[in-house]
Amino acid sequence: MSITQFRTETRAWLEANCPKSMQKPVKKFTDLYWGGSKPYFDSEDQKIWFERMYERGWTVPHWPKVYGGGGLNKEEAKVLKQEMKALNCRPPLYSFGISMLGPALLHFGSEDQKLQYLPDITAGKIWWCQGYSEPGAGSDLAGLQTRAEDKGDHYLINGQKVWTSYADKADWIFCLVRTNTEGRKHAGISFLLIDMHTPGVSTRPIKLISGASPFCETFFDNVKVPKTNIVGEENGGWAIAKYLLTHEREMIAGIGEPAEVPLHQNAIDTIGLSNGMLADTILRPEIARWSMNNEIFKMTIARMLDEAKQGQSLGAKSSFLKYYGTELNKEKLELKLAATGQTGLVWEGEAYDDGHLPKYFCRTKGNSIEGGTSEIQLNIVSKHILRLPS
Amino acid sequence: MALVLTEEQQMLKDSAKEYLKEHAPVAALRKLRDERDEKGYNPSVWKAMADMGWASLTIPEAYGGLDFGYTGLGQILEETGRTLTASPLVSTVLLSTTLLNKAASDAQKEALLPAIAAGELLVAFASEESGVHRPLHITTSYTKAGDTYLLNGKKQFVLDGHVADKFIVSAKNEEDAISLFLVDADATGVAIERLTMMDSRNAAHVSLKNVHTNELLGVAGEGAALIETSLDIARVGLAAEMLGTTQEAFERTMSYIRERKQFGVPIGSFQALQHRAATMYGEIENCKSIVLAALQAIDADSEHLPRLASLAKAKLGETAQLVTNEAVQFYGGIGMTDDEEIGFFLKRARVAQQTFGDYNYHLDRYAKMNGY
Repeated sequence: MSITQFRTETRAWLEANCPKSMQKPVKKFTDLYWGGSKPYFDSEDQKIWFERMYERGWTVPHWPKVYGGGGLNKEEAKVLKQEMKALNCRPPLYSFGISMLGPALLHFGSEDQKLQYLPDITAGKIWWCQGYSEPGAGSDLAGLQTRAEDKGDHYLINGQKVWTSYADKADWIFCLVRTNTEGRKHAGISFLLIDMHTPGVSTRPIKLISGASPFCETFFDNVKVPKTNIVGEENGGWAIAKYLLTHEREMIAGIGEPAEVPLHQNAIDTIGLSNGMLADTILRPEIARWSMNNEIFKMTIARMLDEAKQGQSLGAKSSFLKYYGTELNKEKLELKLAATGQTGLVWEGEAYDDGHLPKYFCRTKGNSIEGGTSEIQLNIVSKHILRLPS
Repeated sequence: MALVLTEEQQMLKDSAKEYLKEHAPVAALRKLRDERDEKGYNPSVWKAMADMGWASLTIPEAYGGLDFGYTGLGQILEETGRTLTASPLVSTVLLSTTLLNKAASDAQKEALLPAIAAGELLVAFASEESGVHRPLHITTSYTKAGDTYLLNGKKQFVLDGHVADKFIVSAKNEEDAISLFLVDADATGVAIERLTMMDSRNAAHVSLKNVHTNELLGVAGEGAALIETSLDIARVGLAAEMLGTTQEAFERTMSYIRERKQFGVPIGSFQALQHRAATMYGEIENCKSIVLAALQAIDADSEHLPRLASLAKAKLGETAQLVTNEAVQFYGGIGMTDDEEIGFFLKRARVAQQTFGDYNYHLDRYAKMNGY
């Protein structure tokens, strides 16, 4: 099928099959279907949308069909994404299994592991969470201390993870653990899959400045994990961690609410125009500067993806994308607050969208911390792209 | 369209890089400056550039051109930006040829375009009337006098004004209608005052006193739209040149801080410099994206060109300023010396920033285009 034909047919199918209520911007957690062993659908439409897309393999359109994906090539997947964006279609299934673990398994997993885990991810049967950071290992991630002791047929896990997204809802966790305490700290880390229902695993949600609790602390107290749950080689987990972080960074880079009202329109709505120009003459150039940078940055994401060969990661370039995208998003929310004044600071009340704006504003402050801080990203660009000495 | 160069465009860029490195490096500009060269560019280099087809890239085949497109011309401009090569590429090829392609009669094209393609004719656009870019703010007047037109006024900062064979002059009549005219540089009443600019490149004031011409360019009274679209193309082309200048200044600076030692270590190992370097890297990546997108928009005759042109000129202005300033700072004292070439990049950047509208001009224009 030609790509033009694919586009036409895809558009027609989406128009016929995506329920109208699934063509609205995602505003809250339950606007997305997350899957898991205790699935929760916010509406009948959400369920229908998920099932129709899953049937075509389009919950994860670019994965091979044998793993439950849609088997689309890079160009087709791009077209599907564009057409979904044009109709404002919500993703039918959202999970860290799709965005994080899946790519790692495809790259580093054994064939058995791929067949065991990937189809469940595309079907949304398992809710995965990520166990990377620890109280003492944030920017210095390789300093992590959660211990996996070799006990013959299993590992015994003891330690604590932090910032585990939705660990209180998750079924499984993909985790970085220390399997060797000697030598270089990077060389003693393994990538381990752990069933959260195993005795000894417990979680505690963390309340954030936004008022929400998407993150948890996760504790491991003498948790037994089969040795077959290791991905890649023992002590070879750092390469997987780095690979996954580049994926996460690419994902965070494209952050921002899709198909929303443009920033300048927010400002026009609240401040108004004078002689055809934004009445706040100080805010006007700030909004224009942001909008120009935002428009150009989207071209950069597109260009870098165009330049990368199919299936290849962007490597250290993803650090720049993550840095720039998150700084832009933070700046946008600052400008939104500036444009809305006191009204934008009301924290509760239906008339004020339940405080979506100030809460999201608070949330964005984490954008340049999670997945590696802005400062860490700049370090990576300096070292791996600019080859500056350390 | 994918934001990547075609194989042919990449080959053109590579060959331009080779040639310019050898025959028109920064040292050549220094020589032109130090010798107070009469022409301000090297005619034999220009002839060679024309022989390689660089002056013909946007000229239709019917008039001796290659019809290769602006994305290709952009690659040449980018490379001349790296070497700071002084040549009539911007005045004659990027700007005047664009105006001629869009508005000239068949006879005018026949007379001018093959000569431009051969590198034998220089044409400059006499447009601005003050130091600040305001292309439609015109006081130069034209009146009809029988078969000819009579022009009066003062044009400023005309690129290659003192070496041009012909001018394209913008002027207004009593009804405020804008028209363009072709005027010979040696016509009676034309007076040219060469300027010495900070970047050692050519610019001149051109005054017109009762100058007669019978060569109208395009339709009388419809000059404004013609000026705007042609300037948009020139803005993108100049942004491509600035991309080369900015990248070269950045790469030289990175080489310098990898080598330069203080406190017993390379200064490039200091995080205070690394984070600024990484930030500049990112902005340059953004510059590459907008320049390529805007060049492709010219070739695709896109309705988005005005917005993309302003985005390109603004972003490149902003980034060229950032990078050339940081370059001098990173070089330290040596960056302040005339012996070191990095200062040439700072000087060229500032002039290029002002030419065809600076950051503020295009930010304002972008906001207006978006309804605020």
